[in-house]
Amino acid sequence: MCTLCGCGGAAPTDDGGTTPPHRHGPADHHHHHHHHDHHGHDHDPGHPSPAPTRRLRLEQDLLAKNDRLAAVNRATLAGHGAFAVNLMSSPGAGKTTLLVRTLTELAERPDRRPAVVIEGDQQTSVDADRIRATGTHAVQVNTGKGCHLDAAMIGHALRHFSAAELAGLVLIENVGNLVCPAGFDLGEAARVVLVSVTEGEDKPIKYPDMFATADLMVVTKVDLLPHLQFDIDRLGAYARRIKPSLPILAVSATTGAGLSAWYDWLDSGAAATARTAAEVAPAAD
Amino acid sequence: MHEMALSRGLVDLIVERAAAEQVTQVTRVFLEIGALSHVAPEAITFCFDVVSRGTVAEGAKLEIARPPGRAWCAGCAREITIAARDEPCPECGGHGWMVTGGEELRVTELEVS
Repeated sequence: MCTLCGCGGAAPTDDGGTTPPHRHGPADHHHHHHHHDHHGHDHDPGHPSPAPTRRLRLEQDLLAKNDRLAAVNRATLAGHGAFAVNLMSSPGAGKTTLLVRTLTELAERPDRRPAVVIEGDQQTSVDADRIRATGTHAVQVNTGKGCHLDAAMIGHALRHFSAAELAGLVLIENVGNLVCPAGFDLGEAARVVLVSVTEGEDKPIKYPDMFATADLMVVTKVDLLPHLQFDIDRLGAYARRIKPSLPILAVSATTGAGLSAWYDWLDSGAAATARTAAEVAPAAD
Repeated sequence: MHEMALSRGLVDLIVERAAAEQVTQVTRVFLEIGALSHVAPEAITFCFDVVSRGTVAEGAKLEIARPPGRAWCAGCAREITIAARDEPCPECGGHGWMVTGGEELRVTELEVS
Protein backbone atom coordinates (compact mmCIF):
# COMPACT_ATOMS: atom_id res chain seq x y z
CA MET A 1 0.00 0.00 0.00
CA CYS A 2 1.18 3.49 -0.77
CA THR A 3 2.33 5.10 2.45
CA LEU A 4 1.53 8.59 1.24
CA CYS A 5 -2.18 8.29 0.73
CA GLY A 6 -3.16 4.67 1.27
CA CYS A 7 -3.76 3.95 -2.42
CA GLY A 8 -2.98 0.43 -3.60
CA GLY A 9 0.60 1.07 -4.69
CA ALA A 10 3.97 -0.38 -3.79
CA ALA A 11 4.74 -1.76 -0.36
CA PRO A 12 6.59 0.55 2.05
CA THR A 13 10.34 0.37 1.83
CA ASP A 14 12.29 -1.17 4.68
CA ASP A 15 15.09 1.35 4.61
CA GLY A 16 13.94 3.10 7.72
CA GLY A 17 11.29 5.03 5.92
CA THR A 18 13.50 7.80 4.65
CA THR A 19 12.84 6.96 1.00
CA PRO A 20 9.30 7.18 -0.29
CA PRO A 21 8.10 3.94 -1.84
CA HIS A 22 7.21 5.67 -5.06
CA ARG A 23 7.04 9.16 -6.44
CA HIS A 24 3.70 10.85 -6.26
CA GLY A 25 3.73 12.69 -9.56
CA PRO A 26 0.52 14.07 -11.04
CA ALA A 27 0.15 11.03 -13.31
CA ASP A 28 0.25 8.56 -10.44
CA HIS A 29 -2.80 9.92 -8.78
CA HIS A 30 -4.76 11.08 -11.72
CA HIS A 31 -6.96 7.99 -11.61
CA HIS A 32 -8.38 8.56 -8.19
CA HIS A 33 -8.61 12.23 -7.41
CA HIS A 34 -12.14 11.72 -6.28
CA HIS A 35 -10.89 9.64 -3.35
CA HIS A 36 -8.88 12.43 -1.82
CA ASP A 37 -11.60 14.25 0.07
CA HIS A 38 -11.77 11.85 2.97
CA HIS A 39 -8.03 11.17 3.25
CA GLY A 40 -7.25 14.21 5.33
CA HIS A 41 -4.43 15.07 2.94
CA ASP A 42 -3.15 18.49 2.13
CA HIS A 43 -2.52 17.62 -1.51
CA ASP A 44 -3.19 20.39 -3.93
CA PRO A 45 -5.79 19.05 -6.38
CA GLY A 46 -3.45 19.72 -9.28
CA HIS A 47 -0.36 18.16 -7.58
CA PRO A 48 1.89 21.01 -8.77
CA SER A 49 4.80 20.11 -6.47
CA PRO A 50 4.74 16.45 -5.58
CA ALA A 51 6.34 16.02 -2.18
CA PRO A 52 7.46 12.64 -0.90
CA THR A 53 6.80 13.71 2.66
CA ARG A 54 4.64 16.19 4.49
CA ARG A 55 4.74 17.84 7.87
CA LEU A 56 2.24 17.68 10.72
CA ARG A 57 2.40 20.28 13.44
CA LEU A 58 2.13 18.80 16.91
CA GLU A 59 3.32 21.29 19.57
CA GLN A 60 2.86 18.98 22.52
CA ASP A 61 4.78 18.86 25.76
CA LEU A 62 6.31 15.43 26.37
CA LEU A 63 5.08 15.63 29.94
CA ALA A 64 1.59 16.76 28.95
CA LYS A 65 -0.10 13.51 29.96
CA ASN A 66 1.66 13.39 33.33
CA ASP A 67 0.91 17.06 33.91
CA ARG A 68 -2.77 16.53 33.17
CA LEU A 69 -2.96 13.67 35.66
CA ALA A 70 -0.99 15.72 38.20
CA ALA A 71 -3.55 18.51 37.86
CA VAL A 72 -6.30 16.00 38.60
CA ASN A 73 -4.40 14.78 41.69
CA ARG A 74 -3.84 18.37 42.82
CA ALA A 75 -7.55 19.13 42.53
CA THR A 76 -8.45 15.91 44.38
CA LEU A 77 -5.98 16.65 47.17
CA ALA A 78 -7.08 20.26 47.47
CA GLY A 79 -10.71 19.16 47.58
CA HIS A 80 -9.96 16.99 50.61
CA GLY A 81 -7.86 19.67 52.27
CA ALA A 82 -4.71 17.58 51.95
CA PHE A 83 -1.25 19.10 52.20
CA ALA A 84 0.73 16.78 49.93
CA VAL A 85 4.51 16.75 50.20
CA ASN A 86 6.79 15.02 47.71
CA LEU A 87 9.97 13.93 49.53
CA MET A 88 12.96 13.28 47.31
CA SER A 89 16.60 12.43 47.90
CA SER A 90 19.31 10.03 46.90
CA PRO A 91 18.95 6.48 48.32
CA GLY A 92 19.86 6.31 51.99
CA ALA A 93 19.50 10.00 52.83
CA GLY A 94 17.01 9.16 55.56
CA LYS A 95 13.59 9.82 54.09
CA THR A 96 11.90 6.86 55.79
CA THR A 97 13.65 7.42 59.10
CA LEU A 98 12.58 11.07 59.13
CA LEU A 99 9.01 10.06 58.28
CA VAL A 100 8.86 7.38 60.99
CA ARG A 101 9.94 9.83 63.68
CA THR A 102 7.73 12.60 62.28
CA LEU A 103 4.62 10.40 62.22
CA THR A 104 5.33 9.01 65.69
CA GLU A 105 5.74 12.45 67.23
CA LEU A 106 2.89 14.14 65.38
CA ALA A 107 0.54 11.32 66.45
CA GLU A 108 1.28 12.14 70.10
CA ARG A 109 0.14 15.74 69.73
CA PRO A 110 -3.24 16.77 71.09
CA ASP A 111 -3.94 18.73 67.88
CA ARG A 112 -2.92 15.88 65.61
CA ARG A 113 -3.93 15.95 61.97
CA PRO A 114 -4.65 12.91 59.84
CA ALA A 115 -1.53 11.72 58.03
CA VAL A 116 -1.01 9.09 55.36
CA VAL A 117 2.04 7.98 53.41
CA ILE A 118 2.61 6.85 49.83
CA GLU A 119 5.87 4.91 49.55
CA GLY A 120 7.67 4.65 46.24
CA ASP A 121 10.32 1.99 45.73
CA GLN A 122 11.36 -0.17 42.84
CA GLN A 123 10.75 -3.29 44.93
CA THR A 124 9.72 -4.53 48.38
CA SER A 125 7.32 -3.13 50.96
CA VAL A 126 10.06 -2.73 53.56
CA ASP A 127 9.61 1.04 53.83
CA ALA A 128 5.81 0.89 53.93
CA ASP A 129 6.09 -1.75 56.69
CA ARG A 130 8.28 0.63 58.72
CA ILE A 131 5.71 3.39 58.26
CA ARG A 132 2.79 1.08 59.17
CA ALA A 133 4.55 0.18 62.41
CA THR A 134 3.84 3.77 63.52
CA GLY A 135 0.11 3.14 63.07
CA THR A 136 -0.03 5.23 59.88
CA HIS A 137 -1.90 4.06 56.79
CA ALA A 138 0.75 3.61 54.09
CA VAL A 139 0.36 2.51 50.49
CA GLN A 140 3.38 1.01 48.79
CA VAL A 141 3.88 1.75 45.10
CA ASN A 142 6.42 -0.53 43.44
CA THR A 143 7.72 1.05 40.28
CA GLY A 144 9.46 -2.11 39.06
CA LYS A 145 12.25 -0.87 36.83
CA GLY A 146 10.86 2.67 37.01
CA CYS A 147 13.14 5.22 38.57
CA HIS A 148 10.53 7.72 39.75
CA LEU A 149 6.92 8.05 40.80
CA ASP A 150 4.56 9.60 38.28
CA ALA A 151 1.16 11.24 38.53
CA ALA A 152 -0.73 8.13 37.40
CA MET A 153 0.79 6.06 40.24
CA ILE A 154 -0.19 8.69 42.78
CA GLY A 155 -3.71 8.87 41.34
CA HIS A 156 -4.11 5.13 41.88
CA ALA A 157 -2.59 5.26 45.36
CA LEU A 158 -4.92 8.06 46.48
CA ARG A 159 -7.93 5.81 45.91
CA HIS A 160 -6.79 3.65 48.82
CA PHE A 161 -7.43 6.43 51.33
CA SER A 162 -10.71 7.65 52.76
CA ALA A 163 -11.75 11.29 52.57
CA ALA A 164 -11.14 11.66 56.30
CA GLU A 165 -7.62 10.26 55.97
CA LEU A 166 -6.82 12.75 53.22
CA ALA A 167 -7.86 15.79 55.27
CA GLY A 168 -4.36 16.36 56.61
CA LEU A 169 -0.83 15.41 55.59
CA VAL A 170 -0.17 13.26 52.51
CA LEU A 171 3.51 12.41 52.62
CA ILE A 172 4.88 10.94 49.41
CA GLU A 173 8.27 9.26 49.63
CA ASN A 174 9.64 9.18 46.11
CA VAL A 175 12.08 6.61 44.76
CA GLY A 176 15.57 7.34 46.07
CA ASN A 177 17.05 9.20 43.10
CA LEU A 178 18.17 12.81 42.68
CA VAL A 179 17.70 12.82 38.91
CA CYS A 180 14.53 11.31 37.51
CA PRO A 181 11.85 12.37 40.04
CA ALA A 182 12.65 16.05 39.40
CA GLY A 183 10.73 16.22 36.13
CA PHE A 184 7.53 14.52 37.22
CA ASP A 185 4.81 16.58 38.85
CA LEU A 186 2.74 14.34 41.12
CA GLY A 187 0.18 16.97 42.04
CA GLU A 188 1.92 17.72 45.33
CA ALA A 189 1.64 21.06 47.12
CA ALA A 190 5.33 21.16 48.03
CA ARG A 191 8.58 19.46 47.14
CA VAL A 192 11.16 18.68 49.77
CA VAL A 193 14.66 17.53 48.91
CA LEU A 194 16.71 15.80 51.60
CA VAL A 195 20.50 15.75 51.68
CA SER A 196 22.34 13.81 54.37
CA VAL A 197 25.63 15.02 55.77
CA THR A 198 27.25 11.74 54.73
CA GLU A 199 26.88 12.85 51.11
CA GLY A 200 28.92 15.52 49.32
CA GLU A 201 28.21 19.21 49.83
CA ASP A 202 28.14 19.57 46.06
CA LYS A 203 24.94 17.59 45.50
CA PRO A 204 22.94 20.73 44.59
CA ILE A 205 25.29 21.73 41.78
CA LYS A 206 25.63 18.14 40.55
CA TYR A 207 21.86 17.59 40.43
CA PRO A 208 20.54 21.12 39.86
CA ASP A 209 17.15 20.18 38.40
CA MET A 210 16.12 18.58 41.67
CA PHE A 211 17.11 21.60 43.74
CA ALA A 212 15.71 24.14 41.30
CA THR A 213 12.21 22.70 41.76
CA ALA A 214 12.40 22.15 45.53
CA ASP A 215 10.43 24.24 48.04
CA LEU A 216 12.54 23.17 51.02
CA MET A 217 15.88 21.47 51.60
CA VAL A 218 16.24 19.35 54.72
CA VAL A 219 19.77 18.44 55.76
CA THR A 220 19.58 15.11 57.60
CA LYS A 221 21.79 13.13 60.02
CA VAL A 222 23.33 16.30 61.49
CA ASP A 223 24.11 14.32 64.66
CA LEU A 224 26.98 12.79 62.64
CA LEU A 225 28.61 16.16 61.89
CA PRO A 226 31.27 15.86 64.63
CA HIS A 227 32.56 12.73 62.92
CA LEU A 228 32.65 14.13 59.41
CA GLN A 229 34.38 16.78 57.40
CA PHE A 230 31.14 18.16 56.05
CA ASP A 231 30.71 21.88 55.54
CA ILE A 232 27.01 22.52 55.99
CA ASP A 233 27.42 26.19 55.04
CA ARG A 234 28.98 25.20 51.75
CA LEU A 235 26.04 22.89 51.05
CA GLY A 236 23.69 25.80 51.73
CA ALA A 237 25.69 28.11 49.46
CA TYR A 238 25.60 25.58 46.62
CA ALA A 239 21.87 25.06 47.08
CA ARG A 240 21.19 28.81 46.99
CA ARG A 241 23.34 29.10 43.89
CA ILE A 242 20.68 26.93 42.23
CA LYS A 243 17.72 28.50 44.03
CA PRO A 244 18.48 31.67 46.00
CA SER A 245 15.17 31.60 47.90
CA LEU A 246 15.40 27.94 49.01
CA PRO A 247 14.63 27.53 52.73
CA ILE A 248 16.97 25.13 54.51
CA LEU A 249 16.44 23.10 57.70
CA ALA A 250 19.02 20.93 59.46
CA VAL A 251 17.68 17.95 61.39
CA SER A 252 18.57 14.68 63.05
CA ALA A 253 15.84 12.06 63.19
CA THR A 254 18.00 10.21 65.73
CA THR A 255 18.51 12.96 68.33
CA GLY A 256 15.52 15.07 67.34
CA ALA A 257 17.66 18.14 66.67
CA GLY A 258 15.93 20.64 64.40
CA LEU A 259 12.73 18.64 64.14
CA SER A 260 10.51 21.30 65.69
CA ALA A 261 11.28 23.60 62.74
CA TRP A 262 10.39 20.76 60.36
CA TYR A 263 7.09 20.21 62.18
CA ASP A 264 6.40 23.95 62.05
CA TRP A 265 6.97 23.90 58.29
CA LEU A 266 4.53 20.99 57.90
CA ASP A 267 2.02 22.70 60.20
CA SER A 268 2.09 25.99 58.32
CA GLY A 269 1.64 24.20 55.00
CA ALA A 270 -1.21 22.08 56.33
CA ALA A 271 -2.89 25.08 57.95
CA ALA A 272 -2.66 27.10 54.73
CA THR A 273 -4.15 24.21 52.77
CA ALA A 274 -6.98 23.77 55.26
CA ARG A 275 -7.75 27.50 55.08
CA THR A 276 -7.89 27.38 51.29
CA ALA A 277 -10.11 24.27 51.36
CA ALA A 278 -12.49 26.00 53.77
CA GLU A 279 -12.67 29.08 51.53
CA VAL A 280 -13.48 27.17 48.36
CA ALA A 281 -15.86 24.67 50.01
CA PRO A 282 -19.56 25.40 49.60
CA ALA A 283 -20.83 27.36 52.57
CA ALA A 284 -22.48 25.15 55.18
CA ASP A 285 -25.91 26.15 56.39
CA MET B 1 16.46 6.65 33.37
CA HIS B 2 13.47 8.98 33.09
CA GLU B 3 14.22 9.47 29.39
CA MET B 4 12.69 6.02 28.85
CA ALA B 5 9.36 7.14 30.29
CA LEU B 6 9.52 10.38 28.29
CA SER B 7 10.32 8.48 25.08
CA ARG B 8 7.34 6.21 25.67
CA GLY B 9 5.17 9.29 26.07
CA LEU B 10 6.64 10.71 22.86
CA VAL B 11 5.88 7.52 20.90
CA ASP B 12 2.32 7.52 22.31
CA LEU B 13 1.81 11.09 21.06
CA ILE B 14 3.16 10.18 17.62
CA VAL B 15 1.12 6.99 17.30
CA GLU B 16 -2.05 8.80 18.34
CA ARG B 17 -1.55 11.58 15.80
CA ALA B 18 -0.45 9.19 13.05
CA ALA B 19 -3.60 7.12 13.53
CA ALA B 20 -5.78 10.24 13.36
CA GLU B 21 -4.11 11.25 10.09
CA GLN B 22 -3.95 7.70 8.67
CA VAL B 23 -0.17 7.95 8.48
CA THR B 24 1.74 4.69 8.23
CA GLN B 25 5.31 5.97 8.45
CA VAL B 26 6.86 8.81 10.40
CA THR B 27 10.23 9.76 8.97
CA ARG B 28 11.35 12.62 11.19
CA VAL B 29 10.34 13.92 14.61
CA PHE B 30 11.13 17.52 15.54
CA LEU B 31 11.77 18.12 19.21
CA GLU B 32 12.73 21.04 21.39
CA ILE B 33 14.82 20.11 24.41
CA GLY B 34 15.88 23.25 26.23
CA ALA B 35 19.39 23.58 27.62
CA LEU B 36 17.91 23.80 31.13
CA SER B 37 15.46 20.92 30.78
CA HIS B 38 16.12 17.81 32.85
CA VAL B 39 16.68 15.66 29.78
CA ALA B 40 19.76 14.45 27.95
CA PRO B 41 19.09 14.50 24.18
CA GLU B 42 21.36 11.53 23.52
CA ALA B 43 19.45 9.48 26.11
CA ILE B 44 16.15 10.40 24.45
CA THR B 45 17.55 9.31 21.08
CA PHE B 46 18.74 6.00 22.51
CA CYS B 47 15.44 5.29 24.27
CA PHE B 48 13.34 6.40 21.33
CA ASP B 49 15.04 3.87 19.05
CA VAL B 50 14.10 1.13 21.51
CA VAL B 51 10.52 2.08 22.34
CA SER B 52 9.51 3.07 18.80
CA ARG B 53 10.14 -0.42 17.42
CA GLY B 54 7.08 -1.92 15.84
CA THR B 55 5.29 1.44 15.65
CA VAL B 56 4.83 3.97 12.84
CA ALA B 57 7.72 5.88 14.38
CA GLU B 58 10.22 3.04 13.97
CA GLY B 59 13.28 4.31 12.14
CA ALA B 60 12.23 7.94 12.42
CA LYS B 61 15.08 10.42 12.88
CA LEU B 62 14.92 12.75 15.84
CA GLU B 63 15.71 16.35 14.94
CA ILE B 64 16.45 17.99 18.26
CA ALA B 65 16.62 21.77 18.63
CA ARG B 66 18.28 23.07 21.81
CA PRO B 67 16.82 26.42 22.84
CA PRO B 68 19.39 28.15 25.07
CA GLY B 69 18.86 28.83 28.75
CA ARG B 70 17.50 32.30 29.37
CA ALA B 71 17.04 34.05 32.66
CA TRP B 72 16.15 37.37 34.20
CA CYS B 73 18.92 38.63 36.45
CA ALA B 74 17.55 40.64 39.35
CA GLY B 75 20.98 42.17 39.99
CA CYS B 76 21.39 43.49 36.44
CA ALA B 77 17.66 43.95 35.75
CA ARG B 78 18.10 42.38 32.33
CA GLU B 79 17.72 39.16 30.40
CA ILE B 80 20.81 36.95 30.28
CA THR B 81 21.80 33.67 28.63
CA ILE B 82 22.97 30.84 30.84
CA ALA B 83 24.20 27.36 29.90
CA ALA B 84 23.53 25.62 33.23
CA ARG B 85 21.67 26.16 36.49
CA ASP B 86 24.76 26.58 38.64
CA GLU B 87 26.23 29.31 36.44
CA PRO B 88 26.63 32.87 37.70
CA CYS B 89 25.23 35.80 35.75
CA PRO B 90 27.82 36.61 33.04
CA GLU B 91 27.33 40.33 33.78
CA CYS B 92 27.35 40.64 37.57
CA GLY B 93 28.54 37.22 38.72
CA GLY B 94 25.49 36.75 40.93
CA HIS B 95 23.12 33.82 41.18
CA GLY B 96 19.98 35.85 41.74
CA TRP B 97 18.42 35.06 38.40
CA MET B 98 15.15 33.42 37.45
CA VAL B 99 14.81 31.09 34.49
CA THR B 100 12.65 32.52 31.71
CA GLY B 101 13.39 30.03 28.94
CA GLY B 102 15.32 26.93 27.97
CA GLU B 103 13.19 24.41 29.88
CA GLU B 104 11.32 23.29 26.76
CA LEU B 105 10.56 19.61 26.40
CA ARG B 106 8.18 19.18 23.53
CA VAL B 107 7.53 17.69 20.15
CA THR B 108 6.80 20.40 17.60
CA GLU B 109 6.35 18.64 14.28
CA LEU B 110 6.32 15.30 12.49
CA GLU B 111 7.50 14.54 8.98
CA VAL B 112 5.45 11.71 7.57
CA SER B 113 5.26 9.84 4.32
